[in-house]
Amino acid sequence: MKLYPKNFSTAVHNCNLSGISLSRYFLDIEIVLNETTEDEILRQMEKNLSVMEKAAAKGIAGVTSFSGLTGGDAKRLAAFRATGSPFGDSLYLEAMIQSLAVNEVNAAMGVICATPTAGSSGVLPGALLTMRDKLNLDRRAQLNFLITAGGTGALIGNQASISGAEGGCQAEVGSASAMTAAALVEAAGGSPSQSAHALAIALKNLLGLSCDPVASLVEVPCIKRNAVGVVNAIAAAEMALAGIESRIPVDEVIQAMGSIGRMMPMALRETALGGLAQTPTACRMTAMLQQEGHIPWPFPAAGRNED
Amino acid sequence: MAVFRSVFDIIGPVMVGPSSSHTAGAVRIGLAARSIFGEQPEEVDITLFGSFGHTYRGHGTDLALIGGLLGRSTDSEEIRHAHELAEKEGLKVNIKVSDRNVDHPNTAHVLMYSGDRSMSMTACSVGGGMINITQVDGFNVRVSFDNPTVLIFYRDRTGMIARVTRILADHTINVSSMQVSRKELGSTALMTIATDGVIPAAVMDEIRSIKELGPIISLSELMREPDHAANDVPGE
Repeated sequence: MKLYPKNFSTAVHNCNLSGISLSRYFLDIEIVLNETTEDEILRQMEKNLSVMEKAAAKGIAGVTSFSGLTGGDAKRLAAFRATGSPFGDSLYLEAMIQSLAVNEVNAAMGVICATPTAGSSGVLPGALLTMRDKLNLDRRAQLNFLITAGGTGALIGNQASISGAEGGCQAEVGSASAMTAAALVEAAGGSPSQSAHALAIALKNLLGLSCDPVASLVEVPCIKRNAVGVVNAIAAAEMALAGIESRIPVDEVIQAMGSIGRMMPMALRETALGGLAQTPTACRMTAMLQQEGHIPWPFPAAGRNED
Repeated sequence: MAVFRSVFDIIGPVMVGPSSSHTAGAVRIGLAARSIFGEQPEEVDITLFGSFGHTYRGHGTDLALIGGLLGRSTDSEEIRHAHELAEKEGLKVNIKVSDRNVDHPNTAHVLMYSGDRSMSMTACSVGGGMINITQVDGFNVRVSFDNPTVLIFYRDRTGMIARVTRILADHTINVSSMQVSRKELGSTALMTIATDGVIPAAVMDEIRSIKELGPIISLSELMREPDHAANDVPGE
């Protein structure tokens, strides 16, 4: 069976040998492994990109979640930015608005593109939609951004996990932030090796993050974590572009994330049985949602399995 | 653990929120059930287990399953109105929650009827919108969609498996995994064949020409392109 590259250092090594970018490398693998063509891959990626654009626009206009628990924060932050933040304007602010917007649309059962999951779907579009103008990325370069993020995300998934039920939020927002950082570096003209450092730095910053959503809904704290995920991605990319290196090699960082996930108690892996989900306020919110018929009683049930 | 082989396993699927496992995965379970039944059933009994049972309303898991059964893809905004849609399109839906312990926390059992036909399927959603099918019409199966998969029903008798695999070998199609199950000697049996690469239509026709075979269900298009999946339902 034809296999995906084993780890990130293999990918960097092969890119350096052939003098190609990570996006070219992952594109070539995609063509061979999945018996497809470059045009077909780009066509499908274009579809995904336009979904991200529509979701961001919809979220900035303002949405309310399915449960009624969340929504409107992207709009709020955009209004705040428009009146002038006391800290001055920044691309970080712009990226947070886009990330919140996409993830609020997700909570509202709107159409999004999972990157890598629905719960972390705001991180990558937040970075891409903000930085594409700044970096003068043409459409093809934007699609390359998605291919690099997808390829590096797969390296995380194969060595660790991208599932909150398996590895906590570090596996979802952590992975989203890390693969976004790697793609940002390439888009800004950095090397494959700098992408690897960016991914390692971004992932290290979010190691240990638990998945403890209130009432098991993909809303609190998920939505705001998407904003933090994008800020972390940009910060890691800037550090890597400056030549700052991760002291721990990228694949060891990814494997550490997987190992932390396996040590994480079930209560902190998407079960709503621990952490924020079991705070007095979260329990009150859960009871309220039950009364309104949004979730069936009893919840969360004792002895429930993960995810 | 899931194995990722494509950038689209990470960038995608395009889906309605809020959860890739509880919403997108559930749509795909509904689509798989519809494909296996061969048409839209008149009535369906859905049983939800584990986390599906506990959180289905908050995640719209019921809406997603019904949407899939109605042939809607993971990105259809109609899914949020799936109950109304089912009424309009003539699908009677019964949903219940079971406390019974199951292997995977996100498991759904779907029993479909039309006239005097009925068929069941059990599947679980394993993360990122990916699903596994564990039971079809009483046969235990393990369809994980890592590779294109076909289900072939046949009368249990000597040489049937060889006749099918011979055709695949003649066309140099490699079988990556294969499973055979039957309820009793000489009764209906089920072959589950996963291949490296999709089996071309001409080869599928050659397999179909074997007289003793029953229904053949191709599940190869179900995972990556949701809109293709809806078109892949035989008899449409």
